[in-house]
Amino acid sequence: MRIGTLLGRGITALMLLLAAAIALTPLLWLVAATTKGPDDLFHYTFFAPQPTAQSFRDLFGRVPFLRYMLNSVFVTCTAVMVQLFLSSLAGFALAKYEFKGKKAIMLLMLATVMIPNQVVIAPLYELVYRLRMVDSYLGLIIPGAVSVFGIFLFRQAILQVPDELLHAARIDGCSEFRIYWDIVMPISRPMVGAFCLISFMGTWNAFLWPQIILHDNHRFTLPIALNQMVGLQEQQQYGMLMAGTLLSVLPVIVLFLLLQKEFVAGLTAGAVKG
Amino acid sequence: VRQLAAAFAPTVTEKMPRYPGSKGPSFELAKSKAAASRRTPKWFSLQQRYAPYLFVSPFLLLFTLFSAWPILKSLALSVYATNGPKDAVFVGSANFRFLLADPDFHTGVWNTAVFAFFSVFLQLPLALGLALLLTRGWLRGRELFRLIFFSPNLLGQVFVAILFSVLFIPQYGLINQALHALAGIALGTKWLSNPALVMPALVLTALWMYTGFNMIYFLAALQAVDRELYEAATVDGASGWQQFWAVTLPGIRPVAIFVLITSTIGSFQLFELPYIMLNNGSGPNKAGLTIVMYLYNNGFVTGDLGYAAAVGWTLALGVLVISLIQARLTGAWKASEE
Repeated sequence: MRIGTLLGRGITALMLLLAAAIALTPLLWLVAATTKGPDDLFHYTFFAPQPTAQSFRDLFGRVPFLRYMLNSVFVTCTAVMVQLFLSSLAGFALAKYEFKGKKAIMLLMLATVMIPNQVVIAPLYELVYRLRMVDSYLGLIIPGAVSVFGIFLFRQAILQVPDELLHAARIDGCSEFRIYWDIVMPISRPMVGAFCLISFMGTWNAFLWPQIILHDNHRFTLPIALNQMVGLQEQQQYGMLMAGTLLSVLPVIVLFLLLQKEFVAGLTAGAVKG
Repeated sequence: VRQLAAAFAPTVTEKMPRYPGSKGPSFELAKSKAAASRRTPKWFSLQQRYAPYLFVSPFLLLFTLFSAWPILKSLALSVYATNGPKDAVFVGSANFRFLLADPDFHTGVWNTAVFAFFSVFLQLPLALGLALLLTRGWLRGRELFRLIFFSPNLLGQVFVAILFSVLFIPQYGLINQALHALAGIALGTKWLSNPALVMPALVLTALWMYTGFNMIYFLAALQAVDRELYEAATVDGASGWQQFWAVTLPGIRPVAIFVLITSTIGSFQLFELPYIMLNNGSGPNKAGLTIVMYLYNNGFVTGDLGYAAAVGWTLALGVLVISLIQARLTGAWKASEE
């Protein structure tokens, strides 16, 4: 191998390693910070020789953190399931049936995709207020229950399902809903995985709408609860805050590692083909 | 409509098996699923006929109520001044006139535009560069690198903001420590309380968070470029740099345009990062005030939903114009016609 090639490869590898280090260092620091006591936090750059669980004890002792976690889990799981069901069902209808008004629905959806969310926040709040859903999980979950993005994702995936399969099922006397449930959904499993992850991340990390809708401390989800903790912050409590941050990001990371392959496929499906 | 009906008609007859209408209940003892359907042919054909409507109706209902209707309502609301969701007074175009004259709005637009400009022009070349490095054939561990580069994006803006607000602490913060050791900046550099440094801090944070995310798109696009084109270019004696301009860039152009436009739109919606890093405020001298923060403050702190709707529409219009300009400049229209 020529010296030049070798040098080029070395530089490439070096740049990649450097970028990887930059990407990982804040995360490593976060993990390390949760193992340090208040005195050690800035004394040692990363890990201290004497690890302690003080931050976690403070976190669960001083604030109802477990409650916030359960709130987030409940809200996110409910929202993901509702979104998944409604998006895939509508996506199936738009992919595999011809019916009156289909074109109009598609056009309507396309038109609203172009309009950023911020346009509807104010009227949406007014509406949710009228429906008496302010400060409730209903008001948090229902307005986001339909994801136009999700419908397009599922329509795209379900278009690939061969029609013959559906016809065969019909001849066997399968009802349309069972076709959706027993044939279309199992075949679209990669897309289900991708959508669940995207939808989970969106709901889990959501800040603006929960911040507007939720008032009672006991209903807070993790992002707004942690943001409130920043406000109460004294120097000594950074450890607690970092512990809260770590526990808040961990579920997403675990889920991502499980669904990684599907996620990348789902993310780039629209962009590369379209 | 006629076209729709024409498309509709043949599929109906094709998809729906005709059942002898008057056979009725003589099939009652059927056991298999197939026979079960014949037992009540009327029910079966009815559910076939109405299935698509049933499938889209829950979506359509919620979509109309919580998406389409608020968009229309938002137009109406933007010409009212409100005090919370209850009291509204018609003010005509006053909201928009006030908005365009308000120095705070100007600050918000300027900050957001600066953030968008630097984010896009630092993130995207860097993301493309990383993606190019990762497509080297000899490279081992590509999947692992991809995972590592993408990982910051898993955190969500709120958690990134909290983490970085600690990393940016003067004296002890990791960022100052590192930059002091490597580049000799002052340890006491106050990123989040010096008006001149707020924006660089935000851009850096976004750079850390989103570069890997954009890289995923570039990587997918690069892997889809035809290998033979590179071989042909090599045979023709094209240098690496020439290949990049002649083969790579045209090959990934549609994706590059997509990433450019979507990340610009995303940057213009900046809210959580500054709001949380600056302790639920707009920072020193409002150096971290963004358009969406301005909207939030006016709509949900002051309580003027009408004004917030006006800000929302102004943002939407601005973003639309910028996207169209970008599409025009990059020749996105031509790309889609090809």
